[in-house]
Amino acid sequence: MSAYILPIIFISLFIYCYLKKINTYDTFVKGAKGAISLVVEIFPFIASILIAVALLRISGITDLLATFLSPIFNALGIPTELCELVLLRPFTGSGSFGILESIFTTYGPDSYISRCACVIMGCSETIFYVATVYISQTKVKKLLYAIPVALICSLIGTIVGCVLCRFI
Amino acid sequence: MMLASILVLLITNPGAVLSEMIGASTEALELCIELCAVYAVWLGVLELVNVSGLGEKLAKLLRPLIKKIFKINNPEAERMIALNLSANMLGLGNASTPIGIKAMQTLDDKSGRANFAMIMLIVINATSIQLLPTTVIGLRTSAGSLNPADIIVPTLIATAITTITGILLVHGIERLRNWRKK
Repeated sequence: MSAYILPIIFISLFIYCYLKKINTYDTFVKGAKGAISLVVEIFPFIASILIAVALLRISGITDLLATFLSPIFNALGIPTELCELVLLRPFTGSGSFGILESIFTTYGPDSYISRCACVIMGCSETIFYVATVYISQTKVKKLLYAIPVALICSLIGTIVGCVLCRFI
Repeated sequence: MMLASILVLLITNPGAVLSEMIGASTEALELCIELCAVYAVWLGVLELVNVSGLGEKLAKLLRPLIKKIFKINNPEAERMIALNLSANMLGLGNASTPIGIKAMQTLDDKSGRANFAMIMLIVINATSIQLLPTTVIGLRTSAGSLNPADIIVPTLIATAITTITGILLVHGIERLRNWRKK
């Protein structure tokens, strides 16, 4: 069902543009042209954050943090098995999907742990990545309280999600 | 953060530092090439939406809500934010990013500090309002789940709570800061 949504949106858009007598092809090309310069400009930011995450992971700091924080997570109702996922989710999208898959194979996709992991993936985002990319094209150097607020909210969502998963 | 990691690796595994950094950088390059393809499609569509006046209509529809949440008076930014939020809700993370970047540019006051609306946009995007977690469900199906969609309801509740808390917190902090200034 959801597979039909996008094609239908696109078709309606093209028909609408045709009715409005817009040169659809030229307009599309003009917009698409912006993609290359945009990617060229955000590449250094993406590279830096991925390098930082890679170093964090192989240095074992995340493992250390996970063992260190597991009692706290446990007290909050988050299963200890999900520490690594919760810690890395704000940094890396592909990395956290990798962890999600390994959780599926270790605990089975229908286990409580896996369901919690799914909810965590769904209710949180790669906060540091989003923030870096979003401000990369502005003059902003100080983000003030944006990141702490986003992190706190994700944690609240995670805790609520783990509670909700007990009931399904 | 990088420094701390390298310091630890100096003791545990010094040989891995450079190869790991280059590996991550390669990954970033691959990601960017992929993103470039995706952005080309979505920026093309975005241009059509804007030129045809559909963006304006969508913005008009969402304007009361955006005005209340973002406290801005900037038609260009309102239109971009309306599109960014719509793409987000449809689960089109890759489409919302280039639009979000443009919205941030129009909101930028060049002071070097993020203003209220910018912080709000980052928080809303970083807490991801998503109606259908398609990728997660897909992964779960391929892992052999018997009921891959049973996480939709808890995810919806959790993501709604996250985003609403975010909006309320940003408003609360802003009020506190204004009150302190007085």
